[in-house]
Amino acid sequence: MSAYAERIGLSGLLGRLRGDESWSVGDRIGLAMAWGAGLLLCLIAASIVLYMLFRGLQYLSIDDLFSHPEAGLGGGGSGGFLDAIEGTLLVAVLGTVIAAPLGVAIAVWLSEYGRPAGLARAVESGVEIVAGTPSIVLAIFGLLVFQQSFFGLFSPVGEGATPLGRSFVIAGAMMSLIALPLVVGATREALQAIPRHVREASYALGKDRASTIRRVLLPASRRGIGTGITLGMGRIVGDTAIVFILLGATLRFEPNGGVPVWDVLTGNGSTLTTFVYNNSPAGEGGAPEKAYAAAFVLLLIVLVLNFLIDLITRGRGASWTR
Amino acid sequence: MPPPVRRISVEAPPTVAQPPAGGNGHLPGAAAAPGLRQMPRPETTPVERMRTEELSIAYGAKLAVDRVSITVRQGEVLALIGPSGCGKTTLLRSLNRLVDQTPGAVRGGRILLDGEDVDRYDATFLRRRVGMLFQQPNPFPMSIFDNVAYGLRERGSKKPSKRELEPAVTEALHRAGLFEEVKDNLDHPALALSGGQQQRLCIARSLAVGPEVLLLDEPCSALDPLSTQTIEETIVALRSEIAIVIVTHNLQQAQRVADHVAFMYLGDLVEYGEAAQVFGSPVVERTREYVSGGFG
Repeated sequence: MSAYAERIGLSGLLGRLRGDESWSVGDRIGLAMAWGAGLLLCLIAASIVLYMLFRGLQYLSIDDLFSHPEAGLGGGGSGGFLDAIEGTLLVAVLGTVIAAPLGVAIAVWLSEYGRPAGLARAVESGVEIVAGTPSIVLAIFGLLVFQQSFFGLFSPVGEGATPLGRSFVIAGAMMSLIALPLVVGATREALQAIPRHVREASYALGKDRASTIRRVLLPASRRGIGTGITLGMGRIVGDTAIVFILLGATLRFEPNGGVPVWDVLTGNGSTLTTFVYNNSPAGEGGAPEKAYAAAFVLLLIVLVLNFLIDLITRGRGASWTR
Repeated sequence: MPPPVRRISVEAPPTVAQPPAGGNGHLPGAAAAPGLRQMPRPETTPVERMRTEELSIAYGAKLAVDRVSITVRQGEVLALIGPSGCGKTTLLRSLNRLVDQTPGAVRGGRILLDGEDVDRYDATFLRRRVGMLFQQPNPFPMSIFDNVAYGLRERGSKKPSKRELEPAVTEALHRAGLFEEVKDNLDHPALALSGGQQQRLCIARSLAVGPEVLLLDEPCSALDPLSTQTIEETIVALRSEIAIVIVTHNLQQAQRVADHVAFMYLGDLVEYGEAAQVFGSPVVERTREYVSGGFG
């Protein structure tokens, strides 16, 4: 035990807390608080996962994952949540497909070009504003925009030829704005971590900036880009406000028109977040056991997404001496 | 802090102490640094490849290089020495116009490659003829093979194919003295190599493009003595085919590899001459102080 404590530095800590070394009382309290805060966070994270695992396994039946929701008059027996799972994945994919290339492009421009400086500052502020906007505000704004008859193509048309402004494409587009700042931030950080002499080495071989970015800088930033996308996807999958306002939060998929695929993309639906809300005691479903099971699945999806992205972007982290 | 020094008068033309040239004068035994052996120096016929004429470079208001005229010859190694901030790296970086990338850098005077002003070349074309090696090894995050092939491939594409590039890549690795160590692992990531191997890979990467001049910016300062020796041997071996300019803080290294030495101080070219002469009997007092370890 004491050897183990020695190895993880615990004995040093205990010694310091006991006052073996000449640490002031203030430092000792600070150190204890730092350790305490770290341990507390571990405890919270563990209890979330364990509690959801316990509840989830208690209420989750495999059938739920593969059956459509049923409109029930309160209580259980209201079918599964296949539509909500598919909706979550669809929204995550749509949002990421829009946010990733856009975010990487913005980060590359900011980090590698960034001229004129005024424009670069404006772009930075723009990204910050989007990052700071609550998703409910993005949702209302999205509704305002996509209810214009100009965008009638993207959502079911209601009475008086006014588009409803709700569909998977619209929700995905606005969701991409949640992910965008995270992709920009992580990519930019990764690009700026690459020392200048690596870029110069590429120029010194007669390469221009464009091929340096494509063949050297982006591959070297792969991990950072992956991190940004993971964080962004997590935010998208967890968002509720946009789903309520821009997706309809309907019980099942409600396709729009008859064109395959496009009918789903422009139709309404829901995700696990709204499903959880609607079935929770706070919502109208009143089926808390479904809510617990769905919340557990939501957590699993996020963990699996993280793992997949990690797998894709894994590889030796490029590191150079500055 | 270096001791106060009288600046060479701004109005006067640059005074360069330059003894009569001729031959590959190298002081025998001068390089007897502990641990590193003197390498064989095959005879070469020096041919002028690059020349600066009254070259000045300023970063904003700060003059980094002050009207330096110097000649770079194929068949010899030119070492630029001097204390930190003396302008030697700026001078080096101007030869492939990398200095143009630095915001605020202004250049005056001319740089000639085979008699042609380098400003008349496209920068990417110039840099294929004038290669460069950096202080820190900086392989790209790709395989060993792709690193060497990088400069040979069309921009951003995988063409030409691996099969077509194989002879050139192999040859470049041979010339950089790395082939035997990596021949079975050409598809391994380059960043997994050791520091010394990485730097030799960077040499191979430069050589693959077929440069006529090679600029080395303190190429061994991050390396262990054994890697340093391998690279120095490579440098000396290459000098018959490629004009080599090396910036170094290591005076023993300059003695070991250089045929000619240029001593710079505060942007001025103070003394230029054969290595044996600059180290053995410097003409200018400032040079004498520097090479005898007086300051720097």
